[in-house]
Amino acid sequence: MQAFFSWLASLPNIVQVPLVIAAFLVVVAVIIVLIEVAPRPGTAYTWVRAAIAIGFPVIALAVFGLEAGAAWVFGLGAVLGGGLFWLDARSTKGRGRLIQLALFVSPALLLLIVGLVYPTIKTIVAAFMDKTGNQFIGLDNFVWVFSAGGNGGLISLINTVVWVVVAPVAATGVGLIYALWVDRSRAEKLLKVLVFMPMSISLVGGSIIWKFFYDYRQGNQIGLLNQIVAWFGGEPVNWLQHYPLNMFLLIVILVWSQTGFAMVILSAAIKGVPVELVEAAQIDGASSARRFRHIIIPSIRPTIIVVWVTISITSLKVYDVIAVITAGQNSTSVLGYEMVRQFSLMPPQSGHSAALALLIFILVIPFIAYNARTLKRGN
Amino acid sequence: MSRLTSVAGSTRAIRATHKTLSSPWATAGAIVIAALWTLPTFGLFLSSFRPAEDITTSGWWTFFAHPRVTLDNYAATLTATSGITVPQALINSLTITIPGALIPITVALLAAYALAWIDFPGRHLLFVAIFAMQIVPLQMLLVPLLRLYTGGLTVGGVAIFPGFAANSMSDGFAQVWLTHTMSALPLAIFMLHNSLSAIPTEIMEAARIDGAGHGRILRSIALPLAMPTVASYAIFQFLWVWNDLLVSTIFTTGKNAPVTKILADLAGMYGQQWHLLTAGTFLAIIVPLIVFFALQRFFVRGLLAGSTKG
Repeated sequence: MQAFFSWLASLPNIVQVPLVIAAFLVVVAVIIVLIEVAPRPGTAYTWVRAAIAIGFPVIALAVFGLEAGAAWVFGLGAVLGGGLFWLDARSTKGRGRLIQLALFVSPALLLLIVGLVYPTIKTIVAAFMDKTGNQFIGLDNFVWVFSAGGNGGLISLINTVVWVVVAPVAATGVGLIYALWVDRSRAEKLLKVLVFMPMSISLVGGSIIWKFFYDYRQGNQIGLLNQIVAWFGGEPVNWLQHYPLNMFLLIVILVWSQTGFAMVILSAAIKGVPVELVEAAQIDGASSARRFRHIIIPSIRPTIIVVWVTISITSLKVYDVIAVITAGQNSTSVLGYEMVRQFSLMPPQSGHSAALALLIFILVIPFIAYNARTLKRGN
Repeated sequence: MSRLTSVAGSTRAIRATHKTLSSPWATAGAIVIAALWTLPTFGLFLSSFRPAEDITTSGWWTFFAHPRVTLDNYAATLTATSGITVPQALINSLTITIPGALIPITVALLAAYALAWIDFPGRHLLFVAIFAMQIVPLQMLLVPLLRLYTGGLTVGGVAIFPGFAANSMSDGFAQVWLTHTMSALPLAIFMLHNSLSAIPTEIMEAARIDGAGHGRILRSIALPLAMPTVASYAIFQFLWVWNDLLVSTIFTTGKNAPVTKILADLAGMYGQQWHLLTAGTFLAIIVPLIVFFALQRFFVRGLLAGSTKG
C-alpha cells in the first residue's frame, strides 16, 4: 500500500483521481462478487467459502505492508478467518450468511476503528500525559487550561462558552424570524436563496468576505463597517483589535453562515403546522404576534431544538474563522483553534492539545444526548 | 418521511392562508435581513473586478460613481503564489474532493445495507454505536492520525502498518482522502441506513424469492431506491470536503494544499493584498456555488433528512 500510494503521489493530480477511484472500485467489485458467490450450495463452494474467510483478512493485511517479523499477524488473521468460516458453517440460517455480513460491514468497521475509535482513545490518554506522550502527569494539562496564566488555554475555553451561548441563539433566532417573514411574501424563493447561499460558501471564504467588511485603515476606508461609522461622523475603529468586541464580530461570521441552515429547516417545519390551527386562532381574533407565540412556536418546538443543538455543536468545533482572521491574536482563540495551535508550537505541546480536544468532546456530549432524546421522543 | 409528505400535500392550503396573513412589514424586514446577508459578499465580489490600487484606496461603494473594471486580479492569481498558485490549488481541491466524497459513500452504502437488511445478533447495538460516533469532534482525531500516517503502527517492535511515507508527511493525497472518509462514515451510514430501511419489506422479499442474492439486490433494487439520499449526501460531502480547512491544514504538504488553505495563507501573510484575496476567494467559492444552485433541491432534501430525521 505504501508503494502504491508513493507511486500515485509521483503522478500528476489529474491522473491520480481516476486511478485511485478505479483501484477503489475494483476492491468494491471484488467484495460484491464474493458476496454473491458466498452462499452458493455445493461442496466446491464450501472450499470457496473457506478461501474467502481465511484469504480475505490475510490478503488485506498483506496490503497494509507488514514487516517481515510480523508473521504472527498473518497467523492471527488466518485464525480469525477460520473462526468465521467455522461459525458460518455451523449457522442454522444458511451457509455463507455470516461471510456475506463480514464482507459488507468489515470495510466500514475497519475504517471506523482505525479512524475514530483508536484516535479517540489515544487522545484521551494523551490528555493525561506530558508533551512527550510518555510520562503520566495526572490532571496537570487541565490545571494548565484552567490557570489564568495558561497562555491561551483558559481564554479559549471562556471564548468557546461565549460562542456556544451566542451563535446558536442568534442564528436560530434570525433564521426563525426570517423563515416566518418570507413565508408570507411573494419573493419567497429569491429571499430564501440569498440567506441560504452562505451555507455553500466555505467559512474560509466567508471569513475573507467579512475581514474585508471589517477592514480598518488610516484615511479613506475600504471596509463598509468603518465607512458607515464615518458617514455618521464617528472615528473609524480597528474592530479586530479590541476584546471582547472582536470575538462578537467573529461570531457574526458563523451566524451569517448558519442562519440559512436554520431558516430552511424551520421554514419546512412552519409549513407543516396544521392550517386549521392557524385559521382557528385567526378567527378567534389572535394577533399575528400571539399566533406566533402560542401556535407556531409550540408546534415546531422539537425542530427548533434540533437546529439549535446542531449549530451549538458547530460553534463548539469552530476553527476556520479564527485561523483566517486573527490566528488567535488579541484574545480571540477558541478551543478548536487553540488545540491545533498548541500542537504546532515548537516543541509540540501534545498534552495541552489533547486536553483541549478532550474538553471539546466533553462539551459536545450533553448536546448530542439532548438531541438524541428529543428525536426519540419525536418518533 | 410521513411528515414531509404531509407538508407537500397541504402546502397549497397553507399558501392560501398565508396570503391573507402576509404583511408588508414582514416582507420589508425580510428584505433588510437579506440585504445585510448579501452586502458583504457583494462588496468583495465587486472589488475583485476593480484595479488593485482602487481596491485599497477607495471603498467599493465608490465604484458606482467612478466605474473602472478589470480582470487583472484574476490574471494575477494565475501567477501569485503561496507555495503554489490559486489554479493549482483549485486542481488540488478537486483531487481531494472527488475521492473524498465518493469513497465514504460507497463504503457506507455497503455497511448500511447490511445493517438494514441482514439480521444478526447485535445489529441494533452496532448501529447505535456507529450513530454515537458522530459525537467525536474532528479535533480528537487529528494528532493520533497524523502520527499513524507518518510513523505507522508498531506492536511489540514490529511495524503492522508502516505509514504512507517513512517518518515524514507523504506528499500524496492518501492521508487526506482517508481522513475525510473515516470522519464522514458515521453520518453517511446513519443517513443511508434510514433511507435503505424505508424500502418496503415486500419488495426485498419478492427479489429474494426470485433468487436474487444480496449483491444483486444491493445493485439493482436498494441502490436505485436510495439514490435520492445518496445524491443529497454526496452533495453534502462534496461541499464539506471542498470547504474544509482543518483537515487540509494538518494533512497536506505545501504543494498539495487545497484552495481553502492557500486562501487562509494569503489572508494571513499578505493581509493587505486584497486584489489577490478578492479574486482568489471568488475562484474558490464558484465551484460550491455552482453545485449549490444546480442541485439545490437535493441539497435541501438532504438537509431535512439529515437533521430532522424525516
